[in-house]
Amino acid sequence: MCLAIPGKLIEISADPNGVRMGKANFGGIVKQVCLEYTPEVALGDYVLVHVGFALSKVDEAEAARTYQALERMEQLQELDIPDVRDDGSAPTTPISTNGKHPSDPADRAGEPIASRVP
Amino acid sequence: MKYLDEYRDEALAKTIVDEIKRTVTKPWVLMEVCGGQTHSIVKYGIDRLLPSEVELVHGPGCPVCVTSLEMIDKALEIARRPDVIFCSFGDMLRVPGSRDDLLILKSRGADVRVVYSPIDCLKIARANPEKKVVFFAIGFETTAPGNAMSVWQAREQGIKNFSVLVSHVLVPPAIASILQSPLNRVQGFLGPGHVCTVMGYREYEPIAARYRVPIVITGFEPIDILEGTLMTLRQLEAGKAEVENQYPRVVSRDGNQVAQDLVNKVFEVGDRKWRGVGSIPKSGYKLRYEFREHDAERIFDVQEIDTREPEICISGLVLRGVKKPHDCPAFGSLCTPEHPLGATMVSAEGACAAYYAYGRHLQKPAATSKEAATLARAN
Repeated sequence: MCLAIPGKLIEISADPNGVRMGKANFGGIVKQVCLEYTPEVALGDYVLVHVGFALSKVDEAEAARTYQALERMEQLQELDIPDVRDDGSAPTTPISTNGKHPSDPADRAGEPIASRVP
Repeated sequence: MKYLDEYRDEALAKTIVDEIKRTVTKPWVLMEVCGGQTHSIVKYGIDRLLPSEVELVHGPGCPVCVTSLEMIDKALEIARRPDVIFCSFGDMLRVPGSRDDLLILKSRGADVRVVYSPIDCLKIARANPEKKVVFFAIGFETTAPGNAMSVWQAREQGIKNFSVLVSHVLVPPAIASILQSPLNRVQGFLGPGHVCTVMGYREYEPIAARYRVPIVITGFEPIDILEGTLMTLRQLEAGKAEVENQYPRVVSRDGNQVAQDLVNKVFEVGDRKWRGVGSIPKSGYKLRYEFREHDAERIFDVQEIDTREPEICISGLVLRGVKKPHDCPAFGSLCTPEHPLGATMVSAEGACAAYYAYGRHLQKPAATSKEAATLARAN
């Protein structure tokens, strides 16, 4: 939440209310991103994203390096929280009641975390 | 050298550490303000690479940790209501209130949802017109643009059943507050890089000048932190007190002006209570009056709540850099990430959770039976 996560812009669109939105690829996880604060960005750019809002543009090398640093620090869990669909639902509830976050590395055996690097 | 092989650039890290050793002639206390930096320092043992004259203390830069107990209890009161869908960032769910936490309420049937982005709450509100959708708008300056946009869009789109419970905090007044404290030992600051991505660093310049402290805006990677430490120490040794930018590849002096403009349209600066620290004047955002229809505090009129903190928890002193996590008798024994007593043990950005995650609780004795008894009474 406090550290921005870099992603590559793969889609730019406007939602029905005219809000500039897009999709960003965070090392294999594609999420919606609001682009209202970065009017200058174009498709293929790398952006730093805080809670679904692109707040600055970075170059590809910086994006890759920041992503890897966050991955080593296990600071990418928030990406696992699914985007809410237009009907208000979300694919699955991300909370487990055993006190652990579902993205706890121990619960993700076999998942190729390293392959997420953008 | 221990840990260095984990660094992105081992040789560069060693060069910086050597330069720090050459630079330092006397003891200095530095504080990192960002919780991400704290996490990085503990994970990579950066504090242990530095010469003994340099002490790093951890600041209040974990937004989950500093959200006041009163505000958590208010969130719990609101989330309990059957007509409410309560949305939050995931980190807040296990932060202990006086009696419960949001995860416990959820297990009892309350509609508590984790969202990645506040803008998702607008979709939930549109899809559930019979419910009141409340978002727990916490965080430092990094989450403020997103939270501001969700409120702005709710008004633009006429989504009347969406409101925010605002508990925003700001970094510069917290730094000033630490420097004003008679307990303060901090002589230089590593400023929060990602906060300054949004805000720029102009507002740190009067603080550096007034309190005669160097503030170096720093990234969160280990090399960044070493470099920011070196830059701060060079200033201290030279008797300088300026704002410098270690992180220019991401941070500019002015920050993101478009985001700041919308934040200022939706929020105004007000006094804010920080957990463990107390009230700090002009240290938070609250909603402007014209957005009152989206202000959960006005809508729900939650009464004063009798708050209770465990007596043994020293998280307030940890957040101000006065104590370290392992100075706490409960750390790692009575207080663990599975059973946190204070918020600093919950979030990955909290100093206690970071110390625990990287095994520093194994290097201190467990709480005594007397301390355990004190704690049991507190609960």
